[in-house]
Amino acid sequence: MAEQLVWPVLFAYGEAAVAYAGNVRNPGTLGRLATWGVRIGWLAQTALLVVQASRAEAFPWGTWAGSLNLFVWLVVGAYLIWGCSPRFRLLGLTVMPLAAVLLAVSYASGGTRTDEGTSWSDVLLLVHVTFVLAAFAGFTVAGGLAALELWQERALKRHRTGLLRLRLPSLVALDRLTVVTIAVSLAALTAGLIPGFLRVREHGLDVLMGATVAVWALYASILYLRLQSGRRALSASLALSGLGVVIVLQLGLLATHVA
Amino acid sequence: MNLLLVGTSHRLAPVEVRERVALDAEGAAALSARLANGREAVCLSTCNRTEIYLAADDGYAADREATEALASLGGVAPFELEPYLYRLEQEAAAVHLFRVAAGLDSLVPGEGEILGQVRTAYEHGSVGPMLDRLFRDALHTGKKVRTDTAIAESPGTTSSAAAALAAQVFGDLDGSQIAIVGAGKIGALAARRLIKRGAKLSFVANRTTSRGQLLADELGGEAIPLERVAEVAETADILVSSTGSPDVVLTKSDVAGALPARKGRPLLLIDLAVPRDLDPTINELPDCYLYDIDDLEAVVEETLHGREAEFAKAEAIAVAEADRFRDWLATREVVPVIASIRERAEAIRRGELAKASGRLAGLSERERDAVESLTSQIVNKLLHEPIVRLKEAAVEERHGPENRLEG
Repeated sequence: MAEQLVWPVLFAYGEAAVAYAGNVRNPGTLGRLATWGVRIGWLAQTALLVVQASRAEAFPWGTWAGSLNLFVWLVVGAYLIWGCSPRFRLLGLTVMPLAAVLLAVSYASGGTRTDEGTSWSDVLLLVHVTFVLAAFAGFTVAGGLAALELWQERALKRHRTGLLRLRLPSLVALDRLTVVTIAVSLAALTAGLIPGFLRVREHGLDVLMGATVAVWALYASILYLRLQSGRRALSASLALSGLGVVIVLQLGLLATHVA
Repeated sequence: MNLLLVGTSHRLAPVEVRERVALDAEGAAALSARLANGREAVCLSTCNRTEIYLAADDGYAADREATEALASLGGVAPFELEPYLYRLEQEAAAVHLFRVAAGLDSLVPGEGEILGQVRTAYEHGSVGPMLDRLFRDALHTGKKVRTDTAIAESPGTTSSAAAALAAQVFGDLDGSQIAIVGAGKIGALAARRLIKRGAKLSFVANRTTSRGQLLADELGGEAIPLERVAEVAETADILVSSTGSPDVVLTKSDVAGALPARKGRPLLLIDLAVPRDLDPTINELPDCYLYDIDDLEAVVEETLHGREAEFAKAEAIAVAEADRFRDWLATREVVPVIASIRERAEAIRRGELAKASGRLAGLSERERDAVESLTSQIVNKLLHEPIVRLKEAAVEERHGPENRLEG
């Protein structure tokens, strides 16, 4: 019965994605509907995760599909930090459709069930999964912010006259937020990788681990490029590409990692 | 209780009249307190308007006192001030305040300062239930209009378009550095707009340094010769150029040379000169955004085009919110009737309990409380439906065709 909570979550996230699209053309009520969709959906998903945690005899998000479920919750949670502000509503257009699709994939693969998991006693695994997923969620939101920044940069360069009417966050604010989000996420990824490596002796190396280290290097270079070399547009482009890499890792390689 | 507004604004009164009746926050608070005397009163005073909102049973006397107060502020007889005054009552006064808070009645439509001024007036006013609700609804309307419409993002001139673009790039302009190239009137006007939004003037580059110095003395910053203009590209966030030079004064290579020192900080370049001062290819450089006079005029044209739609949306919000206030006002009018019905029902309940006291004498304290609670609940449940209907009827009566609000 508790598993049915996934339906209101999917409905709310889907509604938010559609309302955000409508808000671009007709700002106002649709934007508010979208924001409420995100809030209600996230609360319902929180309830789902709580039920999963309380019922499972083991860590419920150690599986590929389960981790996808937790990942979506973290992404939407990170988005909610600024997403409720009207100026960031356009960011919802990049984040919420992705969240809805990933949650649907997680559901279809059994990630929202309440009877699966790996051992609770494996603390290293808990820390590893939580921090790595939190980092990936942060990178996802940073990718959305970077997309918005690049789009705005293009609009400013091309002198798009309607830009002011969209009431977006300023270019500098988006840049600052992208950098801060990447920095925090990189710290989380570092914290998540350490217990991962401690488990190497037991489980061995795989493709995902190599790819995750590459992701770490990618985001570290983005921070270097932005903070030391001042390459704002390039670092934003890389953050956007990083979003693609994170999604591929989350959807594809993770299956090989936990299999 | 009647809602009444007596006031004057830029729509009726010239500045000579407005400045005589203008009050600071303390003065407005004192006037509100003086007029409150058994009523509710709020005085909203800005550079464009002085309005007194009153909630009073004696509408005529309140109107007279407010008029006399305004006349005494202006040092004139009430009849002399009369041509510059407007009076609105009930819903019309509410719609007016909602439009004011939304920035729809401002000299520069959509400006954001008015919302803060309405809040200050509310906080310093002598409010009771009616004005409290009115001003809270007005503040809500003002916020909603600014959230749901782009009314505040509609620059009407090229210099305000430049300021709006700067805000789009840098957000809060506090601490942003401006450099002006050419000490003419047009550049100075644009700089003033940016300074008003919190930016700081760092350099005035001009062919004649003494003329540049005059502007630098007025607006702050340092006057430098035009030959050093490439240097300012290293530190400025916003560069406004408006010289009479027939040649380009800042080239792409000048700006490109300054980029490493900027470390990715955006540079907004505004070229207000004809012929143009800034090499158009500067826009191709990373983090540089160059707008010439045609680009700014296109921004103005587009926003003016979209402004009507935004205004219509804002008006609709103000009218809808005023409608809600009107409904609240209507239900307020039946409050005495509801109170008397409740009183009567309570009297009957107590009377019946008193009659039955003999038969209830054997009950314990706890059982007595249960009977009290049970009878109260029955009375409340019986009254609930008629009270709801009474409120609905009051609202419906107000919504009759003769009472419908017009925008």
